[in-house]
Amino acid sequence: MNALRATSISQSFSYKQVLKKIDLKLDEGRIYSIIGPNGSGKSTLLHVLSRQLKPDQGNVYWKENNLYRLSPKKAAQELALLAQVNDLMDITVEQLIAYGRTPHKSMFERLNETDQDIIEEAIHLTKLASLRQRNISQLSGGERQRAWIALCLAQQPKILFLDEPTTYLDISHQLDVLEIVSQLQKRQSVTIIMVLHDLNHAAVYSDEIIVVKDGQIYGQGTPKEVMNQQMFKEVFHVQSDIYEDKQDDLLRIVMKPLRN
Amino acid sequence: MVAFFAVLLIIAIIFSIRFGSAKIPLTDIWSAFTGDMESDFQNIIWNIRVPRTLVAVLVGANLAVSGVLLQGIMKNPLADPYIIGVSSGAGLAGMIVLILYPHLPHLLTPISFVGAAIVAFTVYALAWEKGIAPTRIILAGVAVSAFLGSGISALMVFYSDRVQGAIDFMVGGLSARSWPQVEVILPYSILGILLAVIGIRKMNLLMLGDRTAKSLGARVEWIRFSMTAVATLLAASAVSVVGLLGFVGLIVPHTARLIVGNDYRVLLPASVFLGAAILTASDTVGRILFAPIEIPVGVIMGALGAPFFLYLLRRKMV
Repeated sequence: MNALRATSISQSFSYKQVLKKIDLKLDEGRIYSIIGPNGSGKSTLLHVLSRQLKPDQGNVYWKENNLYRLSPKKAAQELALLAQVNDLMDITVEQLIAYGRTPHKSMFERLNETDQDIIEEAIHLTKLASLRQRNISQLSGGERQRAWIALCLAQQPKILFLDEPTTYLDISHQLDVLEIVSQLQKRQSVTIIMVLHDLNHAAVYSDEIIVVKDGQIYGQGTPKEVMNQQMFKEVFHVQSDIYEDKQDDLLRIVMKPLRN
Repeated sequence: MVAFFAVLLIIAIIFSIRFGSAKIPLTDIWSAFTGDMESDFQNIIWNIRVPRTLVAVLVGANLAVSGVLLQGIMKNPLADPYIIGVSSGAGLAGMIVLILYPHLPHLLTPISFVGAAIVAFTVYALAWEKGIAPTRIILAGVAVSAFLGSGISALMVFYSDRVQGAIDFMVGGLSARSWPQVEVILPYSILGILLAVIGIRKMNLLMLGDRTAKSLGARVEWIRFSMTAVATLLAASAVSVVGLLGFVGLIVPHTARLIVGNDYRVLLPASVFLGAAILTASDTVGRILFAPIEIPVGVIMGALGAPFFLYLLRRKMV
């Protein structure tokens, strides 16, 4: 079943067309990575799909419901977004995560035991137990990113969108983040849709890859289907050597500048 | 901490009723309220001190809440009720009444309220593009304020002989404010603060950033718009009653933030009490410091509040 379906979506910003009539089908319970060079429209695509930005034309459907006709609250019970940039906050980790329960509560309703259990689960999955009383502003970059992910987890979405979740993190924290995401899909079959810059991470952690070029879909498929020398050359303007790792049967890519 | 601010407010209120050109013993204040016996001070208490104190409390609370909302909405620590054009709007409208129609003083409050509201609305209209963008509002507010400020200056130059009467309004003062002013501001205070309380959770969501707030189901544009309207209502009603009282809307929310943190569930009530307490106390000080000459509360606020705020800021940094 389609988790998300986009029909002919277009989006412009001050006369520049960023998305050009994109059609897309995404299945439930898979991990999708959107890749593409800077300015290709991949972030805009993520925002349109995650109900952040109503497209100028075209529609996005979640289980045959028009996403932009759903109430914001209903949508927030199904979709969560980890934003690219998050402010420094003067609240504790636990307080931040508790905000994840907002879409499931009425206006003046308090958190109950079920909510607390869900928050505990989110803290456990992101390994934040020892930091729960810490102020967000005192955390390291990697810890902070985990706290923001925990906020999304507490929201219990069916689809989780992540906008460049590994940017500015060192390599071990990047892998931490991707492991959490991967666990989430395996254990709770949450559909994951993320924009990734690191193409090797995309190759390793994605069931499917969506390649965006100049506001259009260049290709969609498993890493092995779409990641080839021609694609890297045409979309990213780099030369590439692609290897299959015998141990895990995944692709490893080495990229070099393009020589004419 | 909120309870502490509430106690501060109560103390400030008692002092404000007690001190002035005539000092009233506490026992007389008590009997005036309970109505036990006819006190000599009955008249002073009920017709001068109590209404003036009430105006101070309401204006202080209004400006503080307006500021604390705007700082959250605009995501800018320098946002205050004046950035949305309330002051220049009320200022120009008020000056027109005071200088061109000095024989119609009762028009001052309604006209300056209308001026504040019109200008705030103009600023939104200028800043509007698929929703309210904080930066655009601030820039539009600054530009519109500068434009109207030149109008105020022009009036002062052309009618320099009549400026004297308008100075009190420009500085912001509470002298001779009584029941009519209470009646003007009270409905707006109640309505505005009630709406702000309803918006507390939404303001907290906004603090998480626009995208995250949206992802959590908040209608970000609507929250911005409606809470800005509430802030305008509060500030415009305050300014129309006491004149261009600066400082409260900027410094009180920051002081409250430094002490209680950013959670609006605590921050909002803290700002209400602190704003009311500081303004009431400053007005009392202004009345007794060089009695019988009264120093406008705006002057006292700046002179005492700014150094105190700087002290808090330094301490927090260390």
